[in-house]
Amino acid sequence: MRRGPTARRRAARTGQYLALLGYLVFLAFPLLWLVSTAFKPPRELASLHPGWIPDHPTLDNFRQAFEEQPLLRSAGNSLIASLAAAVITVVIATPMAYVMARHHRSALSRAATGWIVVSQAFPFVLVIIPLFLVLKEVRLIDSRSGLIMVYVVWSLPFALWMLAGYARAVPRELEEAAAVDGAGRLRVLISVTMPLLTPGIVATALFAFITAWNEFFFALVLLKSPRKQTMPIILTHFIGTEGVADLGPLAAASLLATLPSLVLFALIQRRITSGTLAGAVKH
Amino acid sequence: MRRRTLLAASATGALLSGCAPERRRATGGRITLRFQSLAWQRESVAANKQLVGEWNAAHPDIRVEYVQGSWDGVHDQLLTSFEGGEAPDIIHDATDDLADFAYGGYLADLTDLLPRRLKDDIPPRTWQTATFGGGVHGVPFLQEPRVLIANRALLERARVRIPTAERPWSWAEFEDAAEDLTRDGAYGVAWPLKEPVSATLNLSLSTGGKVFHRGTDGKVTVRFGAADQRVPRVIHDQLGGDRTAARTTLGMGGSDTLPGFFGGKYAMVPLGFSYRQQIVQQAPKGFAWTVLPSPAGPGVDQRQGVSPQTLSIAADSPYQREAARFIDFFLRPPHMVRLARGDWMLPTGRTALRDPALRTRRHGWATGTALAGQLRPAPAQTVRGYPEWKDKVATPALQEYYSGAIGMGELRERLVDDGNLVLARYQR
Repeated sequence: MRRGPTARRRAARTGQYLALLGYLVFLAFPLLWLVSTAFKPPRELASLHPGWIPDHPTLDNFRQAFEEQPLLRSAGNSLIASLAAAVITVVIATPMAYVMARHHRSALSRAATGWIVVSQAFPFVLVIIPLFLVLKEVRLIDSRSGLIMVYVVWSLPFALWMLAGYARAVPRELEEAAAVDGAGRLRVLISVTMPLLTPGIVATALFAFITAWNEFFFALVLLKSPRKQTMPIILTHFIGTEGVADLGPLAAASLLATLPSLVLFALIQRRITSGTLAGAVKH
Repeated sequence: MRRRTLLAASATGALLSGCAPERRRATGGRITLRFQSLAWQRESVAANKQLVGEWNAAHPDIRVEYVQGSWDGVHDQLLTSFEGGEAPDIIHDATDDLADFAYGGYLADLTDLLPRRLKDDIPPRTWQTATFGGGVHGVPFLQEPRVLIANRALLERARVRIPTAERPWSWAEFEDAAEDLTRDGAYGVAWPLKEPVSATLNLSLSTGGKVFHRGTDGKVTVRFGAADQRVPRVIHDQLGGDRTAARTTLGMGGSDTLPGFFGGKYAMVPLGFSYRQQIVQQAPKGFAWTVLPSPAGPGVDQRQGVSPQTLSIAADSPYQREAARFIDFFLRPPHMVRLARGDWMLPTGRTALRDPALRTRRHGWATGTALAGQLRPAPAQTVRGYPEWKDKVATPALQEYYSGAIGMGELRERLVDDGNLVLARYQR
């Protein structure tokens, strides 16, 4: 008895869902373990048979983390730097990406794209000392503005590359149709192109935000004043020599550090979903 | 045009920076020193901040600003700060991280800056740990011997002789004890060998192992003779020969072995002295543990290498004398005791070591204090090129040797032949 195409499709679909579920479990495991660790007392952290659910859940790790380190202040610093970096990156990258997308066959555009991809391979340590000296020259060491500038410059290449891909997906026919209807260049850009680019802009902003939010090395080197330190720097204060860590408070603080990103994703994930172009072009 | 753009960028930068703070301020005769501390444990941070507060209350004209640093990435951060002339005035670090900074001219020579009291209080062998090229570039103030943390119940059940600082085990006795303790699914010992080099080199001092030999021309070469091979051979045999050591801990750090230790899987774990803090915090209720001295070499030789924590002064600090005064205050004997207790380590000062608080048998303090006289500079720390030798040559070679992938002959070949090639590049 041969299975029909419907049964085969259903089996394939089930397989896909199972694979997706496995992938989700794989992705979620570290986060769930972090949550579990954050609520465990010290004695359970060193158990030979650790469980998912703490036997004696406690908030002591959070209390200790807040008592020992300025978590709220550092979260505020990270938020300012990340939001500013995301906004500035998108403002700069959007017109540039549009131009690159519309002229992607030109030699200059291809060279620029190549350079963008190559620049991603530069290690931080390669640029940090010259960068430090340049920033010192313009008195931007130990300043949020300096850090934000670095984050923008560091995110910009990938943001451009990412956004150019989105811009290429916007059909020229729509812009041409609007022009035929009498819309000027600016009107076409504002009323037709930008709304269609929104998911890409949001995704790019999110990328820039998370890149800045998680960044450690530049913040470590460029910020001197304790009151300006960002979250990743503060997290390292729970780590001692030879990688020994105050695991409970570190997990609690790390969990708090992941929340803004999660909340941001939850709030704007719908904006990223594709399908906004469906039915836009009549054939 | 380009120049105009640069000028515009500079102007924009100056505007953006607003009022970025000056690195050092001297207003109306009052100066501010920046002290970057790497203290990270709650008690230790509290002790550091308290001492800074006491100094500031007593010295309104020389204010010390406490900056919380972190061991993670401190070398890169300091290097960049030195290069950019933005380093803290007073720098907390460890002797094994100082060589490059000292030889690079980034750290002040403290020889003429420190008071006699402090110089005399710390033994000459300890000063050696922070002496580079004839200059003293840091004040060693906390040190950490490696000890055996042992499960008291398993020791008593196996009826092995309990070693003391006065009568430690020899390496042979240690092997026998590990054999006696290996029973009922428990291993006698767990060697956390994620970072095998420092443990191997530092413990090898007890058997006369040096590995690094400085010639009359000042150049360092690697040798790996019988004395150097004794300790690695013991570890190798325990892991692969008599199986008295758990192979699963080969890739573990010290903290990773604690669950197994608490669970009775390992009777002994060689760890740094400060790990006691984690054990006190994490051990199950009623778990009995004890601190034993590391095994001794021939003639009850208990020497072992250490890399003490240090306080240094930046070479470009305009207030070196004031910084030295602060260090003198910070490291007065009672203060050193507070710092040592906060970090669960040993102070380097003779006076502080005599403090009753560090002589108690509780939590093994007395065992550690008794070992203080045997601590020596880690063999490698004044060797230029050691970090590269360690990362590229010694770590992979020792890991392969301990896992049984290569034998002693190949280990020796790699440490010596490849190692000397690496060191030669730094000594041209």
